[in-house]
Amino acid sequence: MSTLSIENISMRFDLPNGTHVQALKDVSLELNTGELLSVLGPSGCGKTTLLNIVAGFLAPTEGQIILNGHTVTGPDAERGMVFQQGALFEWMDVRENVSFGPRMKGQNEAQWGAHVDHLLDVTGLGDFKDKAIYELSGGMQQRVALARCLANDPDVILMDEPLGALDALTREKMQGLVLKLWKETGKTIILITHSVEEAILLGERLLVMAPRPGRIHKEYNLPFADMGVGADLREVKQAEGYAETREEILEMIWDMEEEIMGRSEDTK
Amino acid sequence: MIGLLILAVYVAIFFVSFLVVRFLVRRTTQDYTSLKTVTFGDESAVTSNRVASIVSVVTIFLIWGSFTGSNWVPGFLHAPGPFVGETSFTYTLETEDGTRDDATVHVRVFDFGETAQKFDVDEGDGIAKDDAVAMSASRSTTILFDKNDEVKRSDGARVVAIDGVEFNGSRRVKSPAGSFSLTDKGAISFAPPRGLQMEPIWLPPPEAVVSRAVEISNEGYRDSTLWKHLGYSLFRVILGFFFGALLGIPLGYAMGLSDWFRGWFEPIVEFMRPVPPLALIPLVIIWFGIGETGKIILLFLASLWIMAIAARAGVSGVNISKVHAAYSLGASKFQIMRYVIMPNSLPEIFTGARVAMGVCWGTVVAAELVAASEGAGMMIMVASKFQLTDIVLMGIILIGVIGFAIDILMSKAENLLVPWKGRS
Ligand SMILES: Nc1ncnc2c1ncn2[C@@H]1O[C@H](COP(=O)(O)OP(=O)(O)OP(=O)(O)O)[C@@H](O)[C@H]1O
Ligand SMILES: [Mg+2]
Repeated sequence: MSTLSIENISMRFDLPNGTHVQALKDVSLELNTGELLSVLGPSGCGKTTLLNIVAGFLAPTEGQIILNGHTVTGPDAERGMVFQQGALFEWMDVRENVSFGPRMKGQNEAQWGAHVDHLLDVTGLGDFKDKAIYELSGGMQQRVALARCLANDPDVILMDEPLGALDALTREKMQGLVLKLWKETGKTIILITHSVEEAILLGERLLVMAPRPGRIHKEYNLPFADMGVGADLREVKQAEGYAETREEILEMIWDMEEEIMGRSEDTK
Repeated sequence: MIGLLILAVYVAIFFVSFLVVRFLVRRTTQDYTSLKTVTFGDESAVTSNRVASIVSVVTIFLIWGSFTGSNWVPGFLHAPGPFVGETSFTYTLETEDGTRDDATVHVRVFDFGETAQKFDVDEGDGIAKDDAVAMSASRSTTILFDKNDEVKRSDGARVVAIDGVEFNGSRRVKSPAGSFSLTDKGAISFAPPRGLQMEPIWLPPPEAVVSRAVEISNEGYRDSTLWKHLGYSLFRVILGFFFGALLGIPLGYAMGLSDWFRGWFEPIVEFMRPVPPLALIPLVIIWFGIGETGKIILLFLASLWIMAIAARAGVSGVNISKVHAAYSLGASKFQIMRYVIMPNSLPEIFTGARVAMGVCWGTVVAAELVAASEGAGMMIMVASKFQLTDIVLMGIILIGVIGFAIDILMSKAENLLVPWKGRS
């Protein structure tokens, strides 16, 4: 069984003015294959930094990431990334975007064609294969990003606020899609979000991070993601325990935000 | 004076046509955009009004035609022209002892382009004799009235009245024939009414420019036909731009990707960028002479920095998410260069190419003005020395039209090749 271990990660940014920011301090986490972890936390608590370290875009000042028994040293096709927006290639049409990974590996269309077309159908993009990226709505663009990531068949999928720029209705549909694809493909997923509801609905495990320095504050194991697969997410929200969990986490984050505000007010 | 009048006519046409179009055209067409209620400050709602563009161009030709007495503009729209034909006036001569005598001056005013032919008249009697004067329209002439008079200015004779109006030469007097004054030496300076039209050597009428264009495209000017002149200029621009892009784009990429390249070339690029290409013309002439090499090198230098800076901006402007995404999709450095960074920089490169083409076109004309044996700039420069205003105007119009056409072609190519520009 392949696992992703995040071992004692610390990240310090040295600023040009001689001071430094401790973005992460001693973060450790173990993730099994097929788990979906959602990460919540006030702005600036190091969520994106953590994800960038796992993706291999940043090297941590301390600690290491181990995936399938080897240490992560840089970006690789085994760890796919879905960005909030702006990461699609406008000079390629939808199908070319989705097949980018396989094509870069030197595969020909006979090898990737069927898989890519299947993913396009699953994400509801079947009729938009030949469209240009700028002709798509925001929701469709995120589905392309998702399909592009899946077409490359990574072991771990990292998502940084993938639905953050979408309207509420589209967002809800996309949440269903993420759950469906998660169950179908059995991928390990780390999903960063600002929405407490989204984190609870999608996260089999949920991590709340605290700022200054960025660290793990609390971890939950939740049943709602499993309930939500193929079901109406609005019904899941009526399920027992959902409302309590939401209130608890909201309060927790609210307190942290308040503390940050208070502190920055003091320093003024 | 005429300038102000033209401006007033122009402004009047602007407003009148605006009102006419508002009340006639707007009433009959109702397109979707006109239903927008909020258009002020919404830039996308302001598209250029085709009718206004057409009226604008027609107005320019109309004013041009009417103030040059063009055959293309109906006569009633002409501005009053200069007096042409026969006229006469009388002057009164007074000798030192106070005797006075009148004589008539017959003047023939010849139209623009005609040669003023001398003619004779019967001198009449008295001490002052009649004179005959031939002159060109819109000019003034000095009349030595006393050549044939019995008493000369050197004998103390002088003019005291014109057409019966007392006159001592200290100020201009007007009569139906024209305006008069006396020179320092007492000769009559006469100018028939000038009207409001331009002389052809200042501004020839449009048909003269067109017929000159036809003539030059058939017979040539200074050993080359019109097409050859324009072709030379275009050829220089394309070649100079081509080499500039050939070297500038890789240079810009290198500067965008490597700190050594950036450090090495930044001082050079930043220094050369604000130097206008025109300022390099003297040096280029000293080094390479006035031949083709010098001009192409000049245009190469004009486009090189623009293209290098555009390519550099294209590379550094790539959204880091795109590069990260490509990395985590398993692309190699080379593949990211080929499939992400290069296509991503195309819109910037196209913008640079459009600017560079414009600068090159302006520079080539200026370089040819200074020194060349053929080319659009040389053509108008030589023509201006011989006061061939029609060729100068034709050259300017063609240079403008070609520059405009280049820009339209570039923007069409841009829409075709980088359709995603400005939409991501
Ligand atoms: N490249 C960098 N240089 C310096 N400081 C950085 C850099 N990247 C992040 N930081 C700092 O590290 C801290 C964590 O940033 P990070 O972007 O990971 O926060 P986040 O939790 O993703 O916030 P948000 O929810 O707003 O996206 C912040 O204080 C930020 O200012
Ligand atoms: Mg973030």
